[in-house]
Amino acid sequence: MLSHLRPALVMTLLFTLLTGLAYPLAMTGLGQMLFPAQANGSAIVRNGAVVGSSLIGQSFTSDRYVWGRPSAAGAGYDGRASSGSNLGPTSQVLADRIVADAGRYGVPSSEIPSELLTASASGLDPHISPRAALFQAGRVAAARSIPVSDVETLIAQYTEQPALGVFGEPRVNILALNLALDERSATAR
Amino acid sequence: MTLEGWIIILVFTGLIALIARPVGLYLAAVYGGERTWLTPVLRPVETAFYAAAGVKPQDEQGWRGYAAALVTFSLACTLLLFAILRLQHLLPWNPQGFDGVASGVAMNTAISFVTNTNWQAYAGESTMSHFSQMVGLTVQNFVSAAVGIAVAIAFARGFARKGAGTLGNFWVDLTRGVLYVLLPVCIVLTLIYIASGMPQTLARSLPVTTLEGGTQDVAVGPVASQIAIKMFGTNGGGFFNANAAHPFENPGALINLLQMLTIFAIGAGLCITFGRMVGDERQGWAILAAMGVLFIIGVGLAYWAETHATPAMLAAGLDPASGNMEGKETRFGTAASALFAVVTTAASCGAVNAMHDSFTAPGGIIPLVNMLVGEVVVGGVGAGFYGMLVFAILTIFIAGLMVGRTPAYLGKKIEAREVKLAVLAILASPLAILVGTALAASGLGTSGVQDAGPHGFTEMFYAFASAAGNNGSAFAGLTATSDFYTYGQAAAMLIGRFLIIIPALAIAGSLAAKPIAPPSAGSFPTTGPLFVGLLAFIILIVGALTFFPALALGPLAEATAGKLF
Repeated sequence: MLSHLRPALVMTLLFTLLTGLAYPLAMTGLGQMLFPAQANGSAIVRNGAVVGSSLIGQSFTSDRYVWGRPSAAGAGYDGRASSGSNLGPTSQVLADRIVADAGRYGVPSSEIPSELLTASASGLDPHISPRAALFQAGRVAAARSIPVSDVETLIAQYTEQPALGVFGEPRVNILALNLALDERSATAR
Repeated sequence: MTLEGWIIILVFTGLIALIARPVGLYLAAVYGGERTWLTPVLRPVETAFYAAAGVKPQDEQGWRGYAAALVTFSLACTLLLFAILRLQHLLPWNPQGFDGVASGVAMNTAISFVTNTNWQAYAGESTMSHFSQMVGLTVQNFVSAAVGIAVAIAFARGFARKGAGTLGNFWVDLTRGVLYVLLPVCIVLTLIYIASGMPQTLARSLPVTTLEGGTQDVAVGPVASQIAIKMFGTNGGGFFNANAAHPFENPGALINLLQMLTIFAIGAGLCITFGRMVGDERQGWAILAAMGVLFIIGVGLAYWAETHATPAMLAAGLDPASGNMEGKETRFGTAASALFAVVTTAASCGAVNAMHDSFTAPGGIIPLVNMLVGEVVVGGVGAGFYGMLVFAILTIFIAGLMVGRTPAYLGKKIEAREVKLAVLAILASPLAILVGTALAASGLGTSGVQDAGPHGFTEMFYAFASAAGNNGSAFAGLTATSDFYTYGQAAAMLIGRFLIIIPALAIAGSLAAKPIAPPSAGSFPTTGPLFVGLLAFIILIVGALTFFPALALGPLAEATAGKLF
């Protein structure tokens, strides 16, 4: 083993310098130069303020907004505490949580699109299905006093289709949709 | 199940079959010391590394020397990583001001990353400084992968050489793996990943004022550079707690596909490298075919299972049409989540894009069984391949017993020494898994369990399967920060890494010294469907015989319980 000591120590040091410093720092430099928006977290800026990241979901509770999925990230959509619920398939706790969350929609859980009652894996899922968005169109329209068809049009506009027709489920980024709803309300006023 | 879901699965499988050969031939060239298109740039760097380390690249080692170099290197890496984690509060690039990592978790993490397990007893975004992520963890993502490939290559040399006393030079194989294979690919991948939305910055976070007027502090960091090697090196340790489910680690479906392809690329390619090295590429395709059979069975079962709602959902009156979306991301859905779960546990990657803990009981069995049989389906870079060859030796031995002939594989006689070592390598992990799970269930580990009933048992069982299999994925409801888990899991990881590598190298050393007999009419052909089927069957039989009782206590009991807990 002793004869291997020098190569072991020197190689550990050299690979640390190469793959631990040179590589990530060079990539950081290149990334900041070529793709600064993405490299810094894909911020959405409105009136000079960062209102979100286009990839990260945030919590919505007001009737004026389309709501997202239950989140187990911290107290909900905590950007520093990504997590799923990790509740298992025979968990009574999970069953109780689903029933409790369903109360928010005021209809039986069987009528609610299921991803609105299931926690995402990251707790930061920015998407819901188009069906789950349309399901909420009536409530949002009423809260904003605008025609339901306007909300439905926006949902259709913000629905992303699978890449190449196959990869990824049809989905709506609700932060983008809710921003659009706010902008529509602002211009209508 | 939908047509689109199956198209994703078939496209993925087809792409792996397509890239296996080019990857395999490139690896054969790199480790054969041949000139590649990167040689003009990298040769001077390589030479400088050898000069600094006092390595004479032409001096080869026997299996003992090769193993000793490997163990010494792993030890040096473990100590350095442990020191970095403990001292991160004194080191730069710690914008969140995290304290040093607690000693148990730091020791567990150091062993975890050096053994290519990447079990994470911590949440990345709330524990690790940018310095620790880059200079500590990213480095081990590279070198632990290069060590795995080196062992696979040394193992293949055991078959390829005759009357030889050496298996190669560990330092050369290690250096070439990082310089010619891992680093160039990761540079390209990182740029693609940043363009697709993965952060790459040393900033603290992205502070947000939400639409409803709240605040959200979105963790960022040097993510893309780590994710590239996390997947390509089948490490699987996430930058963030939610791993590849986090939108910053896996922003969309195409990137998800690319990540899965990079998980399998080297493992699949090594089969072809092996065929090329032993002078008959069909031998490699036969091994890959046996892996393919097991893979497709696993994906089919997991996908089918996850399109069903769980008993908890049905009890709560949920619409079962969307399948089991608890712990899954909308952008991936059930098909890409089930596929990812099978890929990550077939390879010893351990990254997750959905929470395995929330899978249906039958859906959760597939990743578990993948790990229990030793992750030989493509496998971790290198580790899966030499694991598979150990099973191939056992298969040849059993086939030899059936027909009453001295077994031989690729012209090498398989004798008592090789079979004993193969059995040692095959039994090491099950021993660690079953003893660890039994100790946990006896009360030492029950306080970390989240779920009641059989699922709680599965959380402990899965944890030890993951550690001993050097996988790193988890039924993450389990809290694994107690001394029992940090030390117990560390022991399981060490056994799962070195008690397979050392016997594998010993087998290779013993085989390399033997002559190669020309095939005769009595040789068992190892390229046909009979061998492929038998190999797949032996793997499943060994796994089933070893683990059926434990599976019956966990997921099988849960699947048939008919009630909630």
